[in-house]
Amino acid sequence: MTERIANSEQRTTGAIDVADFSFSYGPRQILNNVSFSMPSKAVTAIIGPSGCGKSTFLRSINRLNDLIPETKHAGDILVDGRSVYTRGIDLVALRLGVGMVFQRANPFPKTIYENVAYGPTLNRLVAPRDLPATVERCLKQAALWDEVKDRLDTPATGLSGGQQQRLCIARALANDPKVLLMDEPCSALDPIATQRVEELIVQLKASYTIVIVTHNMQQAARVSDVTGFFDRGELIEFGPTEQIFTAPSKERTEAYITGRFG
Amino acid sequence: MTVPTAPSASTPAAALQGAAAGDRIFRALLTLAALAIPVLLGFLVYELVQGSELAIQRYGFRFLTTSTWDPVTDEFGALPLIFGTLLSSFLALLIAVPLSLGVAIFITEFAPSAIRRPIAFIVELLAAIPSVVYGLWGIFVLIPFLRTTVFTFLKGTFGFLPFFQGPVYGQSMLAAGIILAIMVMPYIMSVTREVLAVVPASQREAAMALGATRWEAAWTAVVPYARSGIVGAVILGLGRALGETMAVTMLIGNRHEIAASLFAPGYTMAAAIANEFSEASTDMHLAALSYVALVLFGVTVIVNALARVLIWRVSKGRQSGGAGL
Ligand SMILES: Nc1ncnc2c1ncn2[C@@H]1O[C@H](COP(=O)(O)OP(=O)(O)OP(=O)(O)O)[C@@H](O)[C@H]1O
Ligand SMILES: [Mg+2]
Repeated sequence: MTERIANSEQRTTGAIDVADFSFSYGPRQILNNVSFSMPSKAVTAIIGPSGCGKSTFLRSINRLNDLIPETKHAGDILVDGRSVYTRGIDLVALRLGVGMVFQRANPFPKTIYENVAYGPTLNRLVAPRDLPATVERCLKQAALWDEVKDRLDTPATGLSGGQQQRLCIARALANDPKVLLMDEPCSALDPIATQRVEELIVQLKASYTIVIVTHNMQQAARVSDVTGFFDRGELIEFGPTEQIFTAPSKERTEAYITGRFG
Repeated sequence: MTVPTAPSASTPAAALQGAAAGDRIFRALLTLAALAIPVLLGFLVYELVQGSELAIQRYGFRFLTTSTWDPVTDEFGALPLIFGTLLSSFLALLIAVPLSLGVAIFITEFAPSAIRRPIAFIVELLAAIPSVVYGLWGIFVLIPFLRTTVFTFLKGTFGFLPFFQGPVYGQSMLAAGIILAIMVMPYIMSVTREVLAVVPASQREAAMALGATRWEAAWTAVVPYARSGIVGAVILGLGRALGETMAVTMLIGNRHEIAASLFAPGYTMAAAIANEFSEASTDMHLAALSYVALVLFGVTVIVNALARVLIWRVSKGRQSGGAGL
């Protein structure tokens, strides 16, 4: 544990700068000239109506959209001052540093233990004998440990939707990334689990940069330090969460957060 | 039983009744069709048992464990045939499974989309070639090639193993296994390709987001997700290999012997039946061939049953993904 803390002090900060970034699936432009900077060791909330490109934006940061044929991008995204779109960038290293929790839980059809151990095992991040401890720590952080500690060797697909979602959080934490992208991590969770995950987010921000997409305004207000409001592929407003929620400068932002949107 | 209440309007009710009568006829027809298959199967087994009665009475289960096959003295034992069938099919899978899996993974995960269809098409075209053409090709092209290259290499390098000793004739267990591998590959490949193609993108994305390379994602996330379907594909290939006759009989050497060496000739059940049936002169010889057919049928059923169990065990670990089959 002490070793990890020492490491986290040395490691790079994980700030994300978005410079004039545009993105399109084939002919459909999804993101339009988005520019802003997400501070390191803080929580950035991304809010906006359904289909406005929030998930697309998150997936652009760890370059997961590369997998989809016929996509185009313009502009740049920098993590720690380094462009993620430079030629010859080590995508594995990028994705190890930038973890992701998907909008829809996607556990592997393996055991619970194997799911959490997947990243560290594949990338040999943890010595085999420390693996059980890592799995336990991550499951505890994701508020799932108590529910699954007696059945770690049962299939993850046998978990409930909310449990699967927390399992995917644990799985992402196991890689110990410096940036954590969370796409509606609480969408299938009950209020208690939601609270636990929010506590986790607040606790993690001491050492991680967190970007969270959420449709829950209270949640954005509770956990985030800065908030960006997206609409139809454009960043409408970005600023300190308090300001966005109490004194937004754009009418559209105000309409959205007060529920008078449309 | 609950009786549905009569609808108030008479026209829709009449229409419904008409539909119900149509439904009944349709259902009866389908039931008949569905029943026809087990009945046919029953007849088949009955006929085989009838035909092999003489041999069953004389040998019983000993037929499966003895190796003499001598029409002159009317002495028959099927062990070499069973051995040859299982070994040639095993060799075929040993070669075909890694190859087809590799091709299927390459097509679904790596190949540029422009060449995916052409490659798949060409491999699947292999399935359309008649068996006898494979046999001829085997005799004129494959065997000369194997004799001058692969067999000599194996003999020179691994000659200390009993599998690669003895004279090299060309027609051999190994040649049959190789031709079978080529013949079952299109089946295994195309089913595998289909089950891989329906693995949700989110599985691949999950792996890659955790730092997997494309290859690692394919191997550790996509393939395991599809494994029960892949097992099914292999079983399909095995079924083809067990029953294949023409190409095998042209390449295997047709000798009722069990040899450790893969260079030695052998025989399979299907090949023996096809070759000897028209020449069988004694009743016992005919009965023995019929018995062999019964055993072949039994082996196929057992292999398929084992396959079901395997698929069931493999897919027990999850609820999703088995849909590939
Ligand atoms: N793989 C894809 N191919 C083509 N279009 C896509 C693809 N994925 C998303 N889109 C389109 O991009 C737009 C933005 O999608 P995105 O998933 O980023 O929205 P979102 O803001 O995350 O919405 P939600 O809040 O509902 O999750 C949508 O119009 C969607 O139809
Ligand atoms: Mg989304």
